[in-house]
Amino acid sequence: MDFFIQLFTDPVGFWNSHTLLIAQIGINSILASSMFVVLYSGQLSLAAPGFMAIGAYTAVLMDLYWHTPLALNILGGVVLAGAVGVLVGLPVLRLRGVFLAIATIGFIEALRLGLILNLPITGEGLGLKNPTADPLGGINMVLASVAVVLFVMWRLTKGRLGAAWSAIRQDELAALSQGIHVARYKMIAFVLSAVLAGFAGGLEAHLNFFVDPGDQQYGVTRAVQILTFAVLGGSGHFIGPVVGALVVTSLPWVFQQAQTYINVVTGIFLIAVIVFRPQGIVGRGGLALVRPWWWPRRNVRAPSPG
Amino acid sequence: MDQQILNAIFIGSIYALFAVGYTLVFGVLDILNLAHSAVFMLGAAVTYSLTVNHGQPFWIACILGIAVSAVMGLVIEYVCLRPLRRRKAPPIAALISTVGLALIIVAAIEQGQTGTFFSWLWVDGPNSVAFPAGTIPNPTWHVGDLTLEASKVAIIPISIALMLILGYVIRYTQVGRGLRAVAENPRAARLLGLDVDRMIALTLVISSALGGLAGILFGVALGDISPYIGRDNVEVRGLAVIVLGGMGSVPGAVIGGYLLGFIEVLALVVLGSSARGGVAFAALFLMLVLRPQGLFGAQLREKI
Repeated sequence: MDFFIQLFTDPVGFWNSHTLLIAQIGINSILASSMFVVLYSGQLSLAAPGFMAIGAYTAVLMDLYWHTPLALNILGGVVLAGAVGVLVGLPVLRLRGVFLAIATIGFIEALRLGLILNLPITGEGLGLKNPTADPLGGINMVLASVAVVLFVMWRLTKGRLGAAWSAIRQDELAALSQGIHVARYKMIAFVLSAVLAGFAGGLEAHLNFFVDPGDQQYGVTRAVQILTFAVLGGSGHFIGPVVGALVVTSLPWVFQQAQTYINVVTGIFLIAVIVFRPQGIVGRGGLALVRPWWWPRRNVRAPSPG
Repeated sequence: MDQQILNAIFIGSIYALFAVGYTLVFGVLDILNLAHSAVFMLGAAVTYSLTVNHGQPFWIACILGIAVSAVMGLVIEYVCLRPLRRRKAPPIAALISTVGLALIIVAAIEQGQTGTFFSWLWVDGPNSVAFPAGTIPNPTWHVGDLTLEASKVAIIPISIALMLILGYVIRYTQVGRGLRAVAENPRAARLLGLDVDRMIALTLVISSALGGLAGILFGVALGDISPYIGRDNVEVRGLAVIVLGGMGSVPGAVIGGYLLGFIEVLALVVLGSSARGGVAFAALFLMLVLRPQGLFGAQLREKI
């Protein structure tokens, strides 16, 4: 309760005392958007943490060895994540549904356990120190990035690309027969998702003094968490995953009384939301949470990837 | 080297037993039950707790541990899966609800310390514990340069017997025919008078009981019981196993389990311990890219 009381009565104090939370919500929103792009084109890809790791390690290593400016570091991470996205996407995008999900899990864990935990340059599992990190100063950059990402998502989903993705999600065969180049559009979605994840990884690395190669950070746990943002928020509309990221990330602060039992509360919350609103908090029609009794009944069906 | 091969068979048996339950649910329901690794952990934790903290004989604790896991299977079905089926939710929704349940189970065990709400269930918090010597009968034999511990050797006949029984039940009994019918086409099964919901509940019970047993065997043989054994050891490896063997194929999961055991031990011997996990997942990735139906899977079905 204190959380909301402070939010409404003392916004400035709230901002000052919750800057790190707000920054994390921003990062998670970008990650959720990265997941949204693949889900919107009907692909269940869990590769985001792998591309995050690429973005983060590239940015930090460029900073450590070449002392390049921050923008260039993040750009380097984004470009490398996109390039790896193309290389990974070529073989795996023939897979569908849960097979794609498992293949991308194979990718992120092979990258993390096989390379990151073993290469001397990435600290061999001890992680990397990032002395030039700026946890509090980075917030404006994060919020600006979220705004740009959301604008791009909005334009994309309204445009030809979004229409093509939507068509592929709803019926791949029909989309193909309408002359939509399915493989190309899937690849665009996958690489865009990789780029966004790499970007979020670079940003997140800039907010932390330490790059930690743990499972919570770049492993399956993170992948499932990002999927949770997107599915819980609703993956039929670009705003849904951002709402999901906002809600799930701030849960521990909202339920501060629960303290150690926060994961129990989170679990109950996840089950409750998904059971009562399988299409996510933001349904297909936008932000309408509850249908008033006098409002015409809309045929609400959850968008299904694949 | 012989010892390593033996280890591969031990760990492979546990992987296989765990993955059989995983793949059974996928075969019947076409969803991934991500709470399965939490049930694996729960089975081990309950058995440990009953033996060490509540002073019960090991065998009774084992049976109760398996029973608790089986009941947890019912909880998964009634809380996470059935409401979603009623609402015709996409299969991806079941991923989230089972993850939610897994979070709850792990957090409950993790918080179990003396004086807390869950202390009757678990008192060691997030720490890793092992059965103290003497609580379980564990004779050890030496054959040549091999060390055979009963706790490890017993895994092999137990898991093979269970998998044979399961194979027999699925193949030759009325219940097994029902399960296969539901897996093939739930609507047609319902039209033929099968109680589909009951079959699915039964699937979850069998799957979770096997998962819990795999957890107990893991805890006994490796001496490592903590709230995270499911997440760290079998959650993703279980996926690798069912992919190697072919999604939804029970014999495939058995072969896949042993295969993964051998791949990991081979990687351990050739590349050293740090590369072990990476190799398993690289194998998983390659398998999916080159032969997505797995070694024994039928043709791919598009679901989820």
